Amino acid sequence: MSGIIRVGVKVMPREVILDTQGRAVEHLLKQKQMHVSHCRVGRFVELEFATESEKAALEQAKVIAETVLHNPLIETFELIPMTNGR
Amino acid sequence: MSRSVGVIRFPGTNCDRDVFEAVQMAGLKAEWLWHLDRFEAKKYRALVLPGGFSFGDYLRAGALAARSPVMDSVREAAKSGTPVLGICNGFQILCESHLLPGALVKNESLRFQDEWVDLTVVNAHKAFGSNLKSGASLKLPIAHGEGRFYASEAELKRLWDSGQVWLTYKHNPNGSLQNIAGVMSDDKNVVALMPHPERAMKAWMGSEDGQIIFKTLESIL
Repeated sequence: MSGIIRVGVKVMPREVILDTQGRAVEHLLKQKQMHVSHCRVGRFVELEFATESEKAALEQAKVIAETVLHNPLIETFELIPMTNGR
Repeated sequence: MSRSVGVIRFPGTNCDRDVFEAVQMAGLKAEWLWHLDRFEAKKYRALVLPGGFSFGDYLRAGALAARSPVMDSVREAAKSGTPVLGICNGFQILCESHLLPGALVKNESLRFQDEWVDLTVVNAHKAFGSNLKSGASLKLPIAHGEGRFYASEAELKRLWDSGQVWLTYKHNPNGSLQNIAGVMSDDKNVVALMPHPERAMKAWMGSEDGQIIFKTLESIL
């Protein structure tokens, strides 16, 4: 174990916000005859922490997501624990 | 000695020189501030955050600039009563800094829009264009991809009720909620707009209305 924990942060636009990227991709898919009923585009951020504790990593990731990675007014976020170590 | 107007630059700011000139055209001294600078709260007569694409709009427009060292000083200056103006990306930075309410999201058109707009002054700001009457009109250019003002319904109501709506578009170009083009902070020191007053300083530019925004800074000692 190298003592590295990775946490993913999934950031998505809130439903009330016009998801312009999702809309543009949806248009393209329609042109390509690749039918989806809805498409939304967000962002995925991978954070790496030099720790053995997943709990500590998740706590730090939460602070980072809350204060920097997402704007609560227009976005939501979700923490996704990823494979431990390398 | 009269204090100068601080013009704040971040990597990627690109309307800085225009704003610097606009401040000088208003007969005032301008001084550069860098994103890593810190300064005393009362040092400047006023502060301006010009437009551009600070930090390449990475993460969200204005998000990284809002967390730069200079913004701690801007926050202290605003608290001590220094008027702060944000233009375009400066508006986005001030929202991301929580110095202004709301957020600026992608234009409803999904396009970058570069055009002239007519604005209505809803409430005059006490420093930037303080001689404007409520209901006055301004003609200024916009140039943005993410200028659609967004706030919750309750927040919008609060902004109108407390006189924090500065400017509205006569013909909404970008889908801004309730046509909002500019807002003020709770204490009304901090103010911002999406249009560019520094690009409307001479008749040959298409309008001189931008002068009004900078000229009234003279009366601040």
